[in-house]
Amino acid sequence: MNIVALIEAQLTWLPAPAVVTLIIVLKILCIVVPVMGSVAYLTLAERKVIGFIQVRIGPNRVGPLGLLQPIADALKLLCKEVIVPSGSNRFLFLVAPVLALGPALAAWAVIPFDAELILADISAGLLYILALTSLGVYGIIVAGWASNSKYAFLGAMRSAAQIVSYEIPMGFALVGVLVAAGSLNLGQIVEAQRGGLGLFSWFWLPLFPLFVIYFISGVAETNRAPFDVSEGESEIVAGFHVEYAGMAFALFFLAEYANMILISGLTAVLFLGGWLSPIPGIPDGIHWFIAKTAFFLFLFLWFRATFPRYRYDQIMRLGWKIFLPITIVWIIVVSAMVVWNVPPWFAA
Amino acid sequence: MFEQAIFYIFAAMLIFSAAMVITVRNPVHAALFLVLSFFTSAGLWLLLEAEFLAIALVLVYVGAVMVLFLFVVMMLDINIAELREGFARYFPIAALVAIVMMYSLGTIVGPENFGLDQVAAAQGHAADYNNTHELGMALFTRYIWPFEIAAVILLVAIIAAIALTLRATRQTKAPNVDHQIAVRREDRVRLIKVDSEPLD
Repeated sequence: MNIVALIEAQLTWLPAPAVVTLIIVLKILCIVVPVMGSVAYLTLAERKVIGFIQVRIGPNRVGPLGLLQPIADALKLLCKEVIVPSGSNRFLFLVAPVLALGPALAAWAVIPFDAELILADISAGLLYILALTSLGVYGIIVAGWASNSKYAFLGAMRSAAQIVSYEIPMGFALVGVLVAAGSLNLGQIVEAQRGGLGLFSWFWLPLFPLFVIYFISGVAETNRAPFDVSEGESEIVAGFHVEYAGMAFALFFLAEYANMILISGLTAVLFLGGWLSPIPGIPDGIHWFIAKTAFFLFLFLWFRATFPRYRYDQIMRLGWKIFLPITIVWIIVVSAMVVWNVPPWFAA
Repeated sequence: MFEQAIFYIFAAMLIFSAAMVITVRNPVHAALFLVLSFFTSAGLWLLLEAEFLAIALVLVYVGAVMVLFLFVVMMLDINIAELREGFARYFPIAALVAIVMMYSLGTIVGPENFGLDQVAAAQGHAADYNNTHELGMALFTRYIWPFEIAAVILLVAIIAAIALTLRATRQTKAPNVDHQIAVRREDRVRLIKVDSEPLD
């Protein structure tokens, strides 16, 4: 990339390892800052979208059209006191929000934004994603336990069981993707979806059940409505983060929204061809990736405004008795399609 | 040089957290230290270019097994004083077992079996080396039978574990979710046509 070469040319007076580290840090900033900005404006988008669905206007007081609302919210949370409950485990209580946010940001390292725009182009990218998304639950469990509060603990227990259950159909859906693409590298998975048919060459069509199950499991994995039993305002107050205030609470909030964006981006990369353009002839580019991610983010908000919360035992039934058998059957179907080179997706 | 520094940092963290697992009083802290030791050993495996195994370790042990472990440990009401009761009495036996295990470990993986004269030094691979691919090839060609037999044994264990929970007749009352979801409007609501009566 030109910009990287330009910066390297400016820094020749530094030792080589320092330059490499500096460039990596700059690249990380180039990912984290837009992600954080998206998180901030996703909260505003959520309130606006749900407002319009419920025939309200939504926030419109701070700045033009309410566009400065996220900044006002962030300032408010920054100024609030972080209260540590007296019976809590102080260290784990304060570490838990960081444990929740860390994996949500670290997973972005392997997401391909464009053919060349990727921080770490590693061969086991899909596995890395799966491993990191399964770690976010520690923030929730540790928060629930360290708070030393009944409601927080109940929320943590619910969340642990739910995330472990939905990780399995999610993992099997990814197995289907890697059978279809023949690679664990996310860039190569996108390239495997390139074809003459535009959007009909993408994996969402041959892997349709896995696509639906992956996204629904993603909603469950991020603890979003209708699977938000770990927060369950009407049942257990606010679940695992009931004792948190100020910036510690804001970190949980950031983690949840960063995870939503991550799941949306991943669904776009794995099933909707990432940066590929939907119509043959129109150039590919990062804007397609952003548009597809935005589409799935809108689905998240739409779900929240539309569906009532699942009951806990119904969540378990959906994950274990419906999603799991469907994914296993469809992995066999996909394998058969790959072995027999079913056109147009798996033509030899 | 840089790799060695990373190795020693991870190794020190691994030994520290493994020691903390057995010495801290709080079982939840012990479980979290076990998570840390899994993490650091995954880091060591990454240094050995075994990225598949390293990520699988994090995915399986940290992401699933330890979550369930924490789940159980947090629910238990463990009395620490009771746990410590027999410590002094059983210490000699424990020490004996520990020494025997250390000795057998030492004889198996000691320098006389794993020295540089027995095993050639590991070779670094180029950046395009794919550990996952190599592992898959080995598992599904040369080691296919051991691999399949291990899979069947695990399956048997899973079925046996589930069968054990179903041994006693179920006493608790729980709603049947399949039944609840299968309910249609016709099962619950009856529409009755009532003829309107003329006003007198």
